[in-house]
Amino acid sequence: MLADKDRIFTNLYGYQPWNLAAAQARGDWDNTKDILSKGPDAIVEEIKASGLRGRGGAGFPTGMKWSFMPKEPPMDHNGNPKPSFLVINADESEPGSCKDREILRHDPHKLIEGALVAGFAMRARAAYIYIRGEFIREAETLSAAVAEAYEAGLLGKNAAGSGYDFDVFVHRGAGAYICGEETAMIESLEGKKGQPRLKPPFPAGAGLYGCPTTVNNVESIAVAPTIMRRGASWFSSFGRENNKGTKLFQISGHVEKPCVVEEAMSIPFRELIEKHCGGIRGGWENLLAVIPGGSSVPCCTAEQIIDVPMDFDGLKEIGSGLGTAGIIVMDKSTDIVRAISRLSHFYMHESCGQCTPCREGTGWMWRVMERLRTGDADVEEIDMLHEVTKQVEGHTICALGDAAAWPIQGLIRHFRPELERRIAEHAAAMKEAAE
Amino acid sequence: MAERHLEPDTPELRERWGNWSYNPAWKAKADEAISHYPAGRQKSAVMALLDYAQRQVGEETGTQGWLPIPVMEYVADYLDMPIIRVVEVATFYTMYNLVPVGKFHVQVCGTTPCMLRGSDDILAACARRGMRKGHTTEDGMWTLTEVECMGNCATAPMVQINDGNYEDLTTERFDAVLDALAAGETPKEGTQEPGRHTCEPSGGPTTLKEMVTENHDYRGEW
Repeated sequence: MLADKDRIFTNLYGYQPWNLAAAQARGDWDNTKDILSKGPDAIVEEIKASGLRGRGGAGFPTGMKWSFMPKEPPMDHNGNPKPSFLVINADESEPGSCKDREILRHDPHKLIEGALVAGFAMRARAAYIYIRGEFIREAETLSAAVAEAYEAGLLGKNAAGSGYDFDVFVHRGAGAYICGEETAMIESLEGKKGQPRLKPPFPAGAGLYGCPTTVNNVESIAVAPTIMRRGASWFSSFGRENNKGTKLFQISGHVEKPCVVEEAMSIPFRELIEKHCGGIRGGWENLLAVIPGGSSVPCCTAEQIIDVPMDFDGLKEIGSGLGTAGIIVMDKSTDIVRAISRLSHFYMHESCGQCTPCREGTGWMWRVMERLRTGDADVEEIDMLHEVTKQVEGHTICALGDAAAWPIQGLIRHFRPELERRIAEHAAAMKEAAE
Repeated sequence: MAERHLEPDTPELRERWGNWSYNPAWKAKADEAISHYPAGRQKSAVMALLDYAQRQVGEETGTQGWLPIPVMEYVADYLDMPIIRVVEVATFYTMYNLVPVGKFHVQVCGTTPCMLRGSDDILAACARRGMRKGHTTEDGMWTLTEVECMGNCATAPMVQINDGNYEDLTTERFDAVLDALAAGETPKEGTQEPGRHTCEPSGGPTTLKEMVTENHDYRGEW
């Protein structure tokens, strides 16, 4: 088990105050100037060497993402240099994910310090923290923490005495899952509907206000100062090759004690559940299925996941994904078809309406899922549904279409007999009623 | 979002809201929000300004607040934006109420993680009190909405009522929260499970135990 001294988010549960004085006593903002004095390129190299992969779901190497930002500012039409921006994605809305909330309300200074370190490394003028609208108390805390940091001279002109000018602003969303997609988030920041943009151009070339922009998840940014203090080799001493570091796992559903916990990457599923969650409700024999990375990844069965290392590659090998490490556990009392159908409803509700396959497909898929839930369908419709998910997947501007398709594909892959059983049962009941 | 609609633009609506403007407190906040964005990019503040407008309307009506069309026009004017761009934003994001709501907006999370932990019971408890999804009770107290994942999955099931989250609910705990609100009290927000602090495993954390009692600095052990 990861030792407490190696946990980054020591105030994860909020037993202690979030404020600046308390955060400094825990080690945040400790001579940040020293970190910045290494220079932007050295910071990017250190983050690259640490093996940190983005914690927002896609797992793109964070240091490499930062390195895409221009070293010399591009010019606008009038020959003036364009500023660069860091956008921090605090729009945590993926069903099963509840980690960024704990950082925002219990350890906000880790994020704010990270914003300065990351922003400096990518030569950004300012950071916008886009926090989901429903995180009302969290936004209050975060805004107060930002104000504290300004007051203490840690942000603004000559931030933390580094000679670098850097601003951090909090931007509240207003209830749209799609704004967690990076280009939708940029649109939303510009005061528009959050509808994703076509890529290219990528945000590092033309993002917020047409300026170079990098969008990073809260957890990716908040771990950066600790990595800089303890070194890339410390961070990369946890987890398997290509899956380095520590990670906030969020376990919900049918475990004895749902919780959020920081653990080393690659911890086996069984160990994670046994150590922190008090086991599966009703014992391991009662485990039916797990959605290991937030609702957008396919579910896997109990046999598949029990001994799998919880990391990007381990879960990919069993046809799922680590995503945000929002682990939804389902025991044998679960109506698995309803559980997935409810996710289909979620994607229908959250489709932004821009691309036809997603706008029409998510509603269609949900309606078929609801009929499969009650068995009011033909067996052929299972394959038809699968075919439609394939027509949505990969045919939309952003990944919401894929995310809507995968849970259904996972269900059909692992639970087709259950779907067929319901159809047969329903047909028999109808026949009986007719006789 | 297809079921969302605007309150009709009637002479009565104009009469009631036509002269609406921010009061000094909300105006100060609106101006500060605008200052967060580069010059000429003031429309980035539209989300904040709509939120503030809704909150001020809420204060004026003793409800959570909503956005009548004349109020949206005021915001559009304030930011020098075409009204349709403001209406687009107001209709796209679900937290803007397009029609009047009750004093308490009960938003029950019904997405899978909450469903697995018993959100059906919470919705049933709402129904017993006469709440119907998408409607406000006749006494104007409660508006019920089933919402999508609120990001409190480790303390599910949860409900957000106006600005507060109430987590780890059972029917009894939920009833207690609603009773307290109805009686004009301020129930404790966050987890409703006795003994649980936030999102640690219930019964006490399995990690970082020093932090429970003191602001422990782990750097000495690095």
